[in-house]
Amino acid sequence: MNQLTRPVGTYDWVLGPDDAPVTLVEYGDFECVHCGRAYWQLKRLLESFGDELRFVFRHFPLTQAHPKAQLAAEAAEAAGAQRRFWELHARLFEHQDDLSPHAVLELGTQVGVEPRRFALDILEHHHLAKVRRDFVSGVRSGVNGTPSLYLNGVRYDGTVTFDELSVAVQSAPKASPSH
Amino acid sequence: MSFTAPSPESTGVLRHGLKAGQAAPDFSLPSTKAGHRVQLRDGSGRPTLLVFYPLDFTPVCSSELGLFNELLPQLSGLGARLFGISVDAVPTHLAFAADHRLRLPLLSDFEPKGEVARRYHVYRDGPGEGFAERALFVIDGGGTIFWSTVSPIELGPGAADALDALERLTGRAADFGAPLQRREARP
Repeated sequence: MNQLTRPVGTYDWVLGPDDAPVTLVEYGDFECVHCGRAYWQLKRLLESFGDELRFVFRHFPLTQAHPKAQLAAEAAEAAGAQRRFWELHARLFEHQDDLSPHAVLELGTQVGVEPRRFALDILEHHHLAKVRRDFVSGVRSGVNGTPSLYLNGVRYDGTVTFDELSVAVQSAPKASPSH
Repeated sequence: MSFTAPSPESTGVLRHGLKAGQAAPDFSLPSTKAGHRVQLRDGSGRPTLLVFYPLDFTPVCSSELGLFNELLPQLSGLGARLFGISVDAVPTHLAFAADHRLRLPLLSDFEPKGEVARRYHVYRDGPGEGFAERALFVIDGGGTIFWSTVSPIELGPGAADALDALERLTGRAADFGAPLQRREARP
């Protein structure tokens, strides 16, 4: 299995236009070093392709290997509830060295969340279900590690570098409406 | 760590793995569970998922073992046993498991080297090799292979197909609604 089983929808965090010819979905873990490296490659990729590329991030925390990943994922969703998802997503990957609860709360404050609501959302796991749904959709779609990338609904098995991804984006098979 | 492609001169042992419908060779191997050897045919009638992998200490958080380790609750919920198996000795397995917080038992196909992998037709014995393929076997409670796959060394197969096979075998759906296993204090 290497196909996205859950189409991109209104429940997703999406950057870029819905009619972009190529959609890239990432299943990622904020504590994973490979995802941290991928963040910079993908950032450059998005800058390079502009409106030609739509990017979606879904959570895939490996909670056993990465004890801080679940909290970071729920924090990103909590920031998203206050319209700061992408800002915190960036900070988390840029500060993987410290994802302690205190540090994550501080990062939230830096991107402008209302801190009490942010902390309460995390403490009471208001966004756990969404993180879990992302994870399950990843498992069913054949995620085989983190990051796992899907280009127009098909898992990308190349190296996660700007150069290789650029080639893959340019030659991605045409999107079907559900992707 | 990367692996080179198999040598085109490699001949002999088939590395496509045993297939569904074939008997799963029985084995008794040392494991990371203290004092326990693991026997495939343990009389429990439980299905088994065997995860063959090349070597300990190759990248894990982004790999197959990390993924199956994460899915232990779902697999146990289906009544399945889950084992990782490589040619590494038990002390190496223990260090590897501790380093990467792996809870699944790791079996040591160390002496004779790769014998179980050979019997499952997943042993790579070309020049510079001497380890198992990335292979998954779902074995039913009676010891017959229900489903199997072999993946290129550099490409993990993911868990979707193995999970689907176990669900078909057991007639049950994996339960992802269980509470997370918390390991750290609440913030």
